[in-house]
Amino acid sequence: MNIIVLVKQVPNTTHIKLDPKTGNLIREGLESIMNPDDLHALEAGIRIKEETGARVTAVSMGPPQAVDVLTQAMGMGADKAILLSDRAFSGADTWATSYTLSKAIEKIKDYDLVLCGYQAIDGDTAQIGPQIADWLDIAQATYVRDIESLNKNKAEIIVKRRLEDGFERVACKMPVLLTIISELNNPRYPHMGQLISACEQKAPIQVWNAADIGVKTIEVGLEGSNTHVIKTFTPNFKRQNELLEGSTKEVVSDLISRLKKSDTSISHRL
Amino acid sequence: MTIWIIEEKCDGCQRCIRVCPYDGIEMKGGIASITERCTSCGACIEACKKNHAIESDIEPRPVPDFSDRQGVWVFAEQNQGKLARVSLELLGKAQELAEDLGQEVSALVCGKDVSHLVQTLHDHGAKSVYLIEDDALENFRTIAYANVIEDLVLTHKPNILLMGATGLGRDLAPRVSRRVGTGLTADCTQIVIDPEEKLMYQTRPAFGGNVMATIACRYTRPQMATVRPGVMEAQPCKIENTKIIRPEVSLKEPDIRTRILEKILEKKPGTDISEASVVVAGGRGVNGEKGFAMLREFADLLGGELACTRLIMEQGILPHDVQVGQTGKTIRPEIYIACGISGAVQHTAGMMGSRYIIAINNDPLAPIFKLANWGIVGDVHEIVPEFIKQLSSGGAS
Repeated sequence: MNIIVLVKQVPNTTHIKLDPKTGNLIREGLESIMNPDDLHALEAGIRIKEETGARVTAVSMGPPQAVDVLTQAMGMGADKAILLSDRAFSGADTWATSYTLSKAIEKIKDYDLVLCGYQAIDGDTAQIGPQIADWLDIAQATYVRDIESLNKNKAEIIVKRRLEDGFERVACKMPVLLTIISELNNPRYPHMGQLISACEQKAPIQVWNAADIGVKTIEVGLEGSNTHVIKTFTPNFKRQNELLEGSTKEVVSDLISRLKKSDTSISHRL
Repeated sequence: MTIWIIEEKCDGCQRCIRVCPYDGIEMKGGIASITERCTSCGACIEACKKNHAIESDIEPRPVPDFSDRQGVWVFAEQNQGKLARVSLELLGKAQELAEDLGQEVSALVCGKDVSHLVQTLHDHGAKSVYLIEDDALENFRTIAYANVIEDLVLTHKPNILLMGATGLGRDLAPRVSRRVGTGLTADCTQIVIDPEEKLMYQTRPAFGGNVMATIACRYTRPQMATVRPGVMEAQPCKIENTKIIRPEVSLKEPDIRTRILEKILEKKPGTDISEASVVVAGGRGVNGEKGFAMLREFADLLGGELACTRLIMEQGILPHDVQVGQTGKTIRPEIYIACGISGAVQHTAGMMGSRYIIAINNDPLAPIFKLANWGIVGDVHEIVPEFIKQLSSGGAS
């Protein structure tokens, strides 16, 4: 059985800092990490490998330095890794990104399972997984929080999907693309020996460009995108930012009387 | 496909740097310089009209004629015959967009035995309702729904298609957008029609709400967006000459490729924080389960709901469905009371649309105070009990 895990290198947005004067994002010194949900997808793939002897291939699209997340993936137990890197891929929206990744997956061939995190912390779109499933014309299950059973002979996998009011158990025909949420598992740390081998010259990390996966440059990157950024700006929220002063008793009664006077539905109930 | 700077013409005004969405230009020795982040999007060329110091070999992509693409569509999400609130909110927004475009609003609703929802959709702005009923659509399954919507979109050629950024919408919309060959913008907080090009400008937070990006889908149709629940407002209205269209469907079970074995409810009804008018939220500064029991009492007295930050969810104190923020819910209650929450952007992305924000925190420099209407600097464990005391004794004098 063959498993493809899609991983993305993202800036660690939990440590994001804003320039106090301009309000702009400070990108310098921003650490790059593997997208957190992708770690869970990778862990899921490696656990299936341990149970069934499946082969795990990690795939990432990004600039040359994104090779770091693939090294990490190999360190965790992936058998092979492929970096899709080409200047022509840059500026891609989810349409062009999912197209590029699906072309790479088609080139890898003979896959039974495609795993990825349900969304990336830098974009939060959650679109890439379902779009790839559609390019490949395979089933999808999103928000997967448990992989119950996998029956290779019946080509069926049973998963639990998180819903807003609970969860559902779904049987999916393989091949299938699953997007993984963090509840699924606890990712392991990379194994030092494997990490060192992943950094060696002969490590099975390949770099594929546009020609390697057979796409035209007008089909990918910014040119191949259907959506385009018109402008970016820093949000501005105007509130009076008033700090109430006095003793605990005073500030509390001050606030309650302000709420009573406010034009909200609860003002008359207080 | 490259962009370059004509150094003699650059006066170092930095306009290009401000408009660049990708951080692709930096100042080097007083003049602009293209970095490796540049995606050749061309935004800087527009900005440098004064000096013409930026040139490129990008050929403008022709915009197809979309005059046959008419109508603002809303995918009306339902679950077990109950409409998701976001569907009515989207219809409210769709009315505005349709008016600006001089087009009509339609809703599509898929399911089994869902015809009772049609009138509600009419009453919230849908002139036409596409009603698609089939046994195979009883429970949401991606491919079944995508097949049905694909047929409708390709046949009727809408200009715009909006969906809720709910669990269902975020599963379905990308698949539909790929299928019909168009772009999709996720989690929009603002949608307007640009008066010049009549394009739908879709604004969404990026980098956890630190940056807002306005996005357009110029070259393909329909223009698709998902919108988070609670962001738009429903607008009931009276419409004459309403229409119901019942398209034929031919779904074959093997093509759908997934079977739902069972659904398990895990949540008590009535605790949906996105529906609450008052939300009391706690973060790091609240002392464990005991502290949250206190906040629960406070919320109950106000007739509100209890919510939390990601950390509290991760500690297992409260479940994921009451987590507010980038990886949780976006809510906009009338009153949001942030207790012991410092105000990291990952959290505030989910609550900054609240009408009134009240912050209680012992750190006077906490960023939450910059977002708040009213702030109280002090220990949550002293302030909240005082609230409970005053509220239960009939409030302030």
